[in-house]
Amino acid sequence: MLTVNLLGLGLIAVIVWWFWLYKPTLVKGIPDASEVTVIVENGVYQPAHISIKENYPVRINFIRKDESPCAAMLLFPDLDISAELPLNKPFVITLPAMKKGQYPFHCQMKMYTGSLLVE
Amino acid sequence: MSDFKENNSNVNTQEFIIEGAGCASCVGKIETALKQVPGVKSAAMNFALRTVTVTGNVAATQLIQAIESVGYNAKSAQNSSDKELLDEKEIAEQKYYQKLIIQMWIGLGLGVPLMVYSLMGGPMTVNSPLERGIWLFIGLLCAAVMFFAGKHFYVGAYKSLVNHSANMDTLIALGTGTAWLYSIVVVLNPLMVPEMARHVYFEATAMIIGLINLGLALEVKARGRTSEAIKRLIGLQAKTARVIRDQQEIDIAIEQVLLNDFVRVRPGEKIPVDGIVFEGATTIDESMLTGEPMPVKKTSADEVVAGAINKSGTIVFKATRVGKDTALAQIIKMVKRAQNSKPPIGRLADIISAYFVPVIMIIAIVSAMTWLNFGPEPSVAFAVISATTVLIIACPCALGLATPMSVMVGVGKAAEAGVLIRNGEALQTSSKITTMVLDKTGTITLGAPKVTDIVVVNDMNENTILAIVSSLEAGSEHPLAQAIVESASEKNLTLAKVDDFKALAGRGVQGIVNGDRLFFGNEMLMLEQGVALTQEMIARAQQLARAAKTPMYFAINANLAAIIAVADPIKDDSVSAIQRLQDNGIRVVMLTGDNQLTAKAVAEKVGIKEFFAEVLPEDKSTKIAELQAQGEIVGMTGDGINDAPALALANVGFAIGTGTDVAIESADVTLMRGSLHGLADAIAVSKATLRNIKQNLFGAFIYNAAGVPFAAGILYPFFGLLLSPVIAGAAMAFSSLTVVSNANRLRFFKAQEH
Repeated sequence: MLTVNLLGLGLIAVIVWWFWLYKPTLVKGIPDASEVTVIVENGVYQPAHISIKENYPVRINFIRKDESPCAAMLLFPDLDISAELPLNKPFVITLPAMKKGQYPFHCQMKMYTGSLLVE
Repeated sequence: MSDFKENNSNVNTQEFIIEGAGCASCVGKIETALKQVPGVKSAAMNFALRTVTVTGNVAATQLIQAIESVGYNAKSAQNSSDKELLDEKEIAEQKYYQKLIIQMWIGLGLGVPLMVYSLMGGPMTVNSPLERGIWLFIGLLCAAVMFFAGKHFYVGAYKSLVNHSANMDTLIALGTGTAWLYSIVVVLNPLMVPEMARHVYFEATAMIIGLINLGLALEVKARGRTSEAIKRLIGLQAKTARVIRDQQEIDIAIEQVLLNDFVRVRPGEKIPVDGIVFEGATTIDESMLTGEPMPVKKTSADEVVAGAINKSGTIVFKATRVGKDTALAQIIKMVKRAQNSKPPIGRLADIISAYFVPVIMIIAIVSAMTWLNFGPEPSVAFAVISATTVLIIACPCALGLATPMSVMVGVGKAAEAGVLIRNGEALQTSSKITTMVLDKTGTITLGAPKVTDIVVVNDMNENTILAIVSSLEAGSEHPLAQAIVESASEKNLTLAKVDDFKALAGRGVQGIVNGDRLFFGNEMLMLEQGVALTQEMIARAQQLARAAKTPMYFAINANLAAIIAVADPIKDDSVSAIQRLQDNGIRVVMLTGDNQLTAKAVAEKVGIKEFFAEVLPEDKSTKIAELQAQGEIVGMTGDGINDAPALALANVGFAIGTGTDVAIESADVTLMRGSLHGLADAIAVSKATLRNIKQNLFGAFIYNAAGVPFAAGILYPFFGLLLSPVIAGAAMAFSSLTVVSNANRLRFFKAQEH
């Protein structure tokens, strides 16, 4: 019984660490490109974390492969951008030159989340 | 990156719209430039249509560059229009719906017979080798169901898990996965679990997958209805336009209409792009666009907007705004953006959503551990059931959908009434407005003042006075000045040259004509300049003011020469609209630069008790601040040009438009039609939407807050009640559907017509 309880507590600890404490280091750098493609599929943006240069306009091609209407809406709340992504078709979001900082983007319900890191 | 390139290279034929090609010789230049791009097989330009068709595996950007390098602008004709995107979306949704329905049948096909068997008392236990064999077969069938009808849950759960995020898929995958794994362990190795606990739950897995697919399918349908308003707006766009090029009339797609094209529109047709009437006269119905029910007369030099319907005559107009620049396209863009923005009330749900799924996973583990430690035998089975049920019943979607769905319908509904709401925050604040400040000129009144009385004091005649005053006022931008200038031009009076013209804010104007120093303005100006006003004259002016006219004094070299009165007619429905606002418990205040008496007369006419008169333009925002200091949530309505600072300072700024000028930046809400009923409509829609959001949020909170403990078995010690995972699946599938359906009730909201 003790083993089972310890296992349960361990599992809870893993959940807390995995979802909340872990900081993503998966930033995918594309310092020289002016165009990035993000695939929207299976509950995630790929890549979800994009680093771009400061004061450098960038085009992001979103290709939504997920049929669920949840995946369709794309919002950049800080940049006042919102778009409805068509299915299986590239949709270009042109981002202005931006100042340093982190700019999150997500779907309407924040189930899909990603961020732009401007450096 | 590579994916996109590949995608592009699959496009063998691409079409571009060329701008700036004015002569036939351009054709050769453009075609040659394109053919020089490596990979281009052929390039053919259609000069009449100003389009070029290119075949070959080349990226669109490269081709556009080639065209630009020879001095023309090009844009891809493949840039999908709103209409195309909408059509594609509908087709995609229909396909997705059908897929979900098939998946539902797969899930229920196995789940329902198993459930019926168990309800009829069939043993769901594994006690003999024969039972093991049968259950193993069913277990494998169930795995097939999971693969064919629920693969998206498992793949989605895995992918998001790897990305350190969790969503609905995670919960469904974990819930159904737990039930199936436990069951298959019981079948494969019954000795691992106590005899009493050798129970299988394949029916739960199959049923849950079936029910959730059904819930999703119904949700897709219901969601489609939430975007009805935007669909209607997009539907207002014409598909083709008849343009006149090289003395020939050709029908082309509206995407190909260029600036300055001449477009012919016959009766019954839609106006394809924005423009200015060049020849012909007609009446145009803009009601779908602005909510303005009366058709409007249009002749030469009048503006027409895309989406309106040409009723009676044929006109030719010159295109002034095309494509994404038309007012209609701007309206669509603005409505779409507002529909996706979130009012502050939704933020709490956002924060909860971010923690929701992991918290539910922890609750499931705690619940299972509690059963294992303290539960009755077979505690393992109870633990599995409670964990599965907790995972399945919890529904982050209902919470997440609560706000956006209502905003979507509410903002769309407002747009139908000719009310453009900038964002979710404006929507929420509008619902709380306690005081509405109305600017007088152009808001309560038509904003088209006319000269009504000229009282001559000296020996000059009326027309001479009007001519001089009009000369003086020609340099002023004040609406009252325009009334005087117009009156003079109607009488064909000749204007004189003015020197030293000066506009004195809030007082009037001064200048020198023929060596005479002239002053035209209110009493304050006369006092400042030492112009003697007799009691009789003041009484005369007051008499005019009491009749809701604005009297102004005209002095030549410090001697009063005349009193000119100007009146601005009150809009027909201002009285009833103000009444509506007051009936809703809103304190209505009028703001004007006019004198006290005129202001009072107008306020009385429209039923307003409070007003601020003689307010200088720059002091309008001070008045707003004063009201806010009293604790009022202030809405300010004005024309959006003169009162921009006041509109910006107010909690909600309403710009009252003259039709389709949607680019009023300082306003939170733009009323496309001139009627003040738009205000009452805006407030009514926002109130209804906020009420709807609250119902949704409350429902979703209560559902989860009550459902999760019940699923964990909190009632078991008292009443012996434990929720079946199948019921949990049904509840969860229909909880988000309920939210979407409730939001859809807003569709029946009707703007009140008066």
